[in-house]
Amino acid sequence: MNNFEYKQAEDIATAINLISEQDNTKFLAGGTNLLDLWKYNLTNPSGLVDINRIHGLAEIKELSNGGVRLGANFKNADTAYHPIIENKYPLLSKAILAGASAQIRNMASNGGNLLQRTRCYYFYDPDVPCNKRNPGSGCPAKEGYNRIHAILGTSDHCIAVFPSDMCVALAALNALVNVEGAEGKRTIAFADFHRLPGDRPDLDNNLKPGELITSIDLPDKGFAQNYSYLKLRDRHSYAFALVSVATALELDGEMIKDARIALGGVAHKPWRSTEAENFLRGKSANESNFAAAADIILQDAKGYGHNDFKIALAKKAIIRNGLMALNPQSQLPGAKPSA
Amino acid sequence: MKNNKTKLTPEEHRLFGDLMPEELEDVLHSGFNRRHFVKLMGLATAGLLASYALGAEQLFARAVEMEDIPNLIPEAIENGVTVNFKVNSTPRNVLVDSRMTLLDTLRERIGLTGSKKGCDHGQCGACTVIVDGHRVLSCLTLAATCQGKSVITIEGLAKDNELNPMQAAFLKHDGFQCGFCTPGQICSAVALMKEAKEGQASFATKKLSTDPKSIILSEEEIAERMSGNICRCGAYPNIVAAIKEAQTGKNVPQNWLFTD
Ligand SMILES: Cc1cc2nc3c(=O)[nH]c(=O)nc-3n(C[C@H](O)[C@H](O)[C@H](O)COP(=O)(O)OP(=O)(O)OC[C@H]3O[C@@H](n4cnc5c(N)ncnc54)[C@H](O)[C@@H]3O)c2cc1C
Ligand code: SF4
Ligand code: FES
Ligand code: FES
Repeated sequence: MNNFEYKQAEDIATAINLISEQDNTKFLAGGTNLLDLWKYNLTNPSGLVDINRIHGLAEIKELSNGGVRLGANFKNADTAYHPIIENKYPLLSKAILAGASAQIRNMASNGGNLLQRTRCYYFYDPDVPCNKRNPGSGCPAKEGYNRIHAILGTSDHCIAVFPSDMCVALAALNALVNVEGAEGKRTIAFADFHRLPGDRPDLDNNLKPGELITSIDLPDKGFAQNYSYLKLRDRHSYAFALVSVATALELDGEMIKDARIALGGVAHKPWRSTEAENFLRGKSANESNFAAAADIILQDAKGYGHNDFKIALAKKAIIRNGLMALNPQSQLPGAKPSA
Repeated sequence: MKNNKTKLTPEEHRLFGDLMPEELEDVLHSGFNRRHFVKLMGLATAGLLASYALGAEQLFARAVEMEDIPNLIPEAIENGVTVNFKVNSTPRNVLVDSRMTLLDTLRERIGLTGSKKGCDHGQCGACTVIVDGHRVLSCLTLAATCQGKSVITIEGLAKDNELNPMQAAFLKHDGFQCGFCTPGQICSAVALMKEAKEGQASFATKKLSTDPKSIILSEEEIAERMSGNICRCGAYPNIVAAIKEAQTGKNVPQNWLFTD
């Protein structure tokens, strides 16, 4: 565990300055991912800039366009329990509550959640090659033990998955990520925030070095009537998703007016298929249509041996979650069959 | 804390005289300290305290005598950060290496070894403490970030000679075997009570409540909400029973019974 300088920033400008002043400096939010990686020698910052005391970064506020702005430092737990989120974006509450543990959700920030790194076992083992950790060294997961790995959007260079639950809901809700850096402010659509591995698996997302996430915007449409988050994992709780699905529907009687389906645990980013969502629009909300949508989503899915089961599991999960979204109160956590 | 080194109750006197005779003089003279406490914990796990039930509960609640730990010389620390914060209501001022976690600071510098280091990576919950009212993992918290905060550890839950109801419930229900996960379990459970009272939902809650209505915790709810605390001994059924009793305030039958 290397030595680092600890600095505190009281405002955004100072934080951005402190980061650009010294090479290899990182922002510290909840620390639940950063300190874990640092203890494993997987990240060796020479300085940490604590952003927890930055005024205004830990707020939630309603926007004039009907949406809601979540401060980057607003905690995962506070977000899930906030009355505005529970009422208007219950899909987001559910997804957050499906992740980690109560202790970790109390610590984890919304900004940090977007930037958590993969849980690929080879990435975590400094004694083996890994293109994400050490570009050009190879990807042992492809031929190795790859039970938790991706089935969609993989490349020859990396088959890791992005492990967040919260981000699966944010993807379904078309969130926007507001960032600020030395070159100014910009807003990134959620679908463009995370990357597929391609030939640069060392890059998880499109945030530039030194850029600070300041907030996440949720658009007005919250799908509070028909939504469901299903998370399937090896333990009933406190485990990362093998497959998760966030489904949000807008219904007109039986007919689907609008549909959003995002998958977690299957790719290097939360996975959405516009083709499947377009297919569902105008159709009845029933099992066979959800099954057809699942087939579209999974048409290019590819297993690597140990994770072949994820393809069949994802299909079942998409169907079951579509049906649960028709009656959100019927949602049960995990693998338990719905009543 | 110091005034606790006063007289023993008759039950306590009898207990030390019978079970730890070599310690009796020491306790009468210089008070109850951590070494006595550890030994007592051993006897408790071996079931030898059963017939002294009254005295044992009081002893567990007794604040353990604590020496002041001297600050390290600043020159010995690289990237030192001075942190002023409260630990179990006592103001503390410690100079720490910027890398030092809250867990290591509590254990190595302040001498509070109740919080345990299980995994040191956020995966087991043994290090759970309550910071500004929220349960968090002290192994993934840098001490430097605790400036101005208030930390409650397992050592701070009992008031004077009275156990926190959650501690008493864990004792009654045998909510432990080896006891290693117990401080984290109890801190977590104490915070859980507040969360449920404030109506905070969990992934197992059917309806995300909008008004702060207290949630009565089913066994499924308790399991989900306590999933961040792993118990290698598998004392889960007894932990759940203890939390149920503490939450409802009603007597919950033990999962075990003495037989003749
Ligand atoms: C045992 C365990 C189980 C978990 N299980 C789950 C799970 O089931 N589901 C799930 O979704 N998550 C899970 N997590 C992950 C957890 O949700 C993340 O670690 C957390 O969200 C990260 O947030 P943080 O504030 O602690 O980030 P930090 O660790 O502080 O930071 C993470 C990274 O983001 C950077 N950063 C932080 N904030 C900003 C910002 N505002 N701008 C720019 N950069 C920033 C940091 O420099 C660092 O590189 C688990 C974690 C653990 C330890
Ligand atoms: S899947 Fe990605 S993270 Fe895992 S070993 Fe291969 S390159 Fe590394
Ligand atoms: S020691 Fe902190 S979670 Fe295991
Ligand atoms: S009592 Fe032994 S780990 Fe829980």
